Order: sequence, then C-alpha cells, then structure tokens
Amino acid sequence: MSDLTTLKYTAEHEWLLIDGDTATVGITDYAADKLGDVVYVDLPTVGTDVEAGKVVGEIESTKSVGELFAPVLGTVTEINDAVVDSPDLVNSSPFDDGWLVKISLSGDLPALLTRDEYVALTAE
Amino acid sequence: MTDAIVPPAEDAVEPRYSPLHEVHVAAGASFTDFAGWQMPVRYSSDLQEHHAVRTAAGLFDLSHMAEIAVVGPGAGAFLDHALAGTLSTIAVGRAKYSLLLADEGGIIDDLVVYRLDEHDFLVVANAGNRDAAFSALATRAHDFDVTVDDESDDTALIAIQGPEAVGVLDELITRDRLAPDAPLSELRYYRVLQGTFDDAPVLIARTGYTGEDGFELYIDNETAPLLWQSLAEAGAPRGVVPAGLASRDTLRLEAGMPLYGHELGLDTKPAQAGLGRVVDASKASFIGRDGVTASDDARVLVGLTLEGRRAARAEYSVVDGAGAVVGVVTSGALSPTLGHPVAMAYVEQASSAVGTVLGVDVRGTVIPATVVALPFYKRS
Repeated sequence: MSDLTTLKYTAEHEWLLIDGDTATVGITDYAADKLGDVVYVDLPTVGTDVEAGKVVGEIESTKSVGELFAPVLGTVTEINDAVVDSPDLVNSSPFDDGWLVKISLSGDLPALLTRDEYVALTAE
Repeated sequence: MTDAIVPPAEDAVEPRYSPLHEVHVAAGASFTDFAGWQMPVRYSSDLQEHHAVRTAAGLFDLSHMAEIAVVGPGAGAFLDHALAGTLSTIAVGRAKYSLLLADEGGIIDDLVVYRLDEHDFLVVANAGNRDAAFSALATRAHDFDVTVDDESDDTALIAIQGPEAVGVLDELITRDRLAPDAPLSELRYYRVLQGTFDDAPVLIARTGYTGEDGFELYIDNETAPLLWQSLAEAGAPRGVVPAGLASRDTLRLEAGMPLYGHELGLDTKPAQAGLGRVVDASKASFIGRDGVTASDDARVLVGLTLEGRRAARAEYSVVDGAGAVVGVVTSGALSPTLGHPVAMAYVEQASSAVGTVLGVDVRGTVIPATVVALPFYKRS
C-alpha cells in the first residue's frame, strides 16, 4: 500500500499522489467504506479539462451515488480502465489498484489536506 | 395501553438500539438510522451478504419492527373490521399478509398477522409506522371485546433467511436448544409455531422478506443475544453470515416485495400497488372500504429492467419514447443476483404493459428500461 502520509487529501474524501506535474486521484478508504460495495464507476474521458471542485464522475454503490470531484485544475491524461471493469477495486484497494484518474496539473495546487488533517476531519 | 403515549419531543431524536446492538458492534457492523433506530446496514460487504442469503442464509436483526398483540373473544371480528383482509377465518398457526387502510383507502401500513390461538393474534408492523399502526388499531378496537397491546419494546425479532435456514434450525433442535411445540417439518410457508429456546418462549414463523425460504423468530429481549449467537454458530459451517439492511433491501427488491414509504403510502391504493388481492371486498364493512377503489387513471406499480449498470433510484423520472414523463421510480438497484439494474416504478396505465419500452432519467441521461412482470427473482 502507498505510504498514506505522502498523499494529499480533500474534504470531499479524495486522495492525490502528486508526482511532478501529474496527480493520481482516488477516493479514500473512509469514503469507500461509507459508500458500501461500489458497483459502478463513471469516469471522465481522457483529454477532459477539469477544475477543482467540479464534478467529473460518479461512484455508485448498491445504496447510493457519490460524485467524484476534480481536486485540481488540469487535464485528464489517463483513467483506470481496470476499476471501470471491476468497481470493487475501490473497496478492496482504494489507495492502489482502485485509483481513478490521472490529471496533468495546470497552474498552482489548491489548498489540500495532509494525512493528519484528513484523519482529524473524518474522526469528527 | 401506556405504550400509546407519545414520548416527549426531546426524546424523539435519541436513537434507539436493538437488544442485539452490542453483538453487532462486536461483529464490526456499520450502522444506519432506520426509523429512529441504529441498525446494522452491513457487516462487511452488502453484496456478499446478499449472495449469502441466496446461496446459504443470512441472519437479520429486525428488532426494530413493531409487535402488537390483539387478544380477546372479539379479536377476529375486530381485525376483519380494522384491516383490509379477512383474518377471522384463518386457522390457528397460520399467517396472513394484510393492509391497514385509512378511511380514504390509502395505506397506513402493511402488516403480517399471525393467529397464535383462537382469540390471540400477533400483528407485526413496520418500525416507521409503529405509532400510526398501534394508534389506528387501538382506536378501532373501541367497540370490540379485545385488547390491543404494543409489545414492541419487549420483543426482539431475528430472521434467518436462505436455503440453509431450515438446516440451522434443525441443528438447534438436535442440540436441544430450540424446542418447537410440533415438528419443524409441519411448519410450512406462512405458518407459525410456538416453542421455547433456552426455556424462553419463542415464536417460529416461516415468513420473510427476501424471496428465500426462511424463518422469523420472535423472542424476549433478554434471550435474543443467545439465540443470535446460537444461530450464528450453528450456521457458520453452512456459510450463514449476519446480514444488514442494505442486503435486505436489494433482496426484497429482487423478490418484488413492496417497502412502505417507497411502493406503499397513504396516497397509494392497494390495487395500484398490485395488492388488490389483499382487500376482501366481500366483507360487509371494514375501515377504508369506501375509498379503497383506485381511480380509473391511477398510476400502477410495475417492474423495470434497465440496460447497462447504472441503477434507477427512488424519485427518478420514468419517460416514454417521446420523452414525456409517465411515472416515477420508487426503488431501484443494480441487482446483485441478476447483474443488471432493476427498479419498481409507478407509471401511467398506458405505459404499464409488460414489454413496454420506457426510459429512466438517471441524472440527466435517459437509460432504456423495459416493463417486466414482478418478481424479478424467484427461487427455483
């Protein structure tokens, strides 16, 4: 599993692995657990321009629908086809095989949460 | 009748807990609010729990449901007056699904009624309708020689549902833990037996809400945790798992069973919901009779199967080929057993024939949907 302290987080329960000018984005174990078994993932197409806070996809469980928010400004460069085929990866491996999109960053990063800040947020 | 006193408003927001709550916490359950109760929504995976019920069995805590005892020489006549069906003629040891109607013919609650003895009935109501159901029954009892008691606070309900359920109960009987008053083999579908578990009285009913064979066991709060543990232990080698309300909802949906607040409500007439057979129009009188007939143009409940994998969910619009709204979804999910989305919806009668191709507006995208006969799933 990724070292969770090297990731950044949003209050919308996404995680980001920032490597140079690319961010890999997924949802946290906390979010996956709250959703329940994920049965459908709808992701943006490669080449889509996204901006922080905008809805770019959907994650459906048996019980509910969660929206996927773009955490940063940029362009989608890659999506995880494996998770589209096997949505349960979001539950079984939220920080690794269950990643959702890669975004090429444009401009500055918005304010993001550290691991400690995110854990504190979800402990409330 | 003190149970009828409505608690003060400040107490109304306090969550209620099942007598099995600690057992669920220890099992790692996630909880959800259901009609003011904190109940297990899942233990680990709601999909696994769903499949376990179809292939082995699941153990459900339904202690939030309401148990109302109707006892006295006038009990049968009273229930015939108070409910839509005829209960006075069912044999002792039988159960019957019924409806509690408002004067105007809408549905206050759907119920299962057990006849435990000649003058002794048990009425089981939905948790969310406990007060409404008890209050309606108590009010309607005035002219009958009968007492109506809300026993919900003292009664736990554990369901074991699935093909392995009968084997698990047999094993508890073999181990001398469970002692029904008659052989379990005589307990056919929609029948009830009395007996004891660990010296405590237990009702063993062959009823359920999953589309599988199974049992519902009514027992006092104090003995409930031991019964749960015994069922879990005897069931574990057979693949029996504890199952939460998330799987219960997808199971009942596949089985085409209505859920109050979704398919049923005060603005629903029985015939609209496909429950015309539950209303005994041959009775001279019963509450709701005058208003029970649905209007000629009332929407009717249908089953829908959808293309793709996106679920139609409650309150999504149903549209016809021209894009006109012809109905609304009341329940929907990606069916775990069937692998495609299924939904129940109220649609205009002109759009209700089996085979009609409609669409469901899933958050801005119209997904093709075909009207199918209910249930979606029937056990072989």
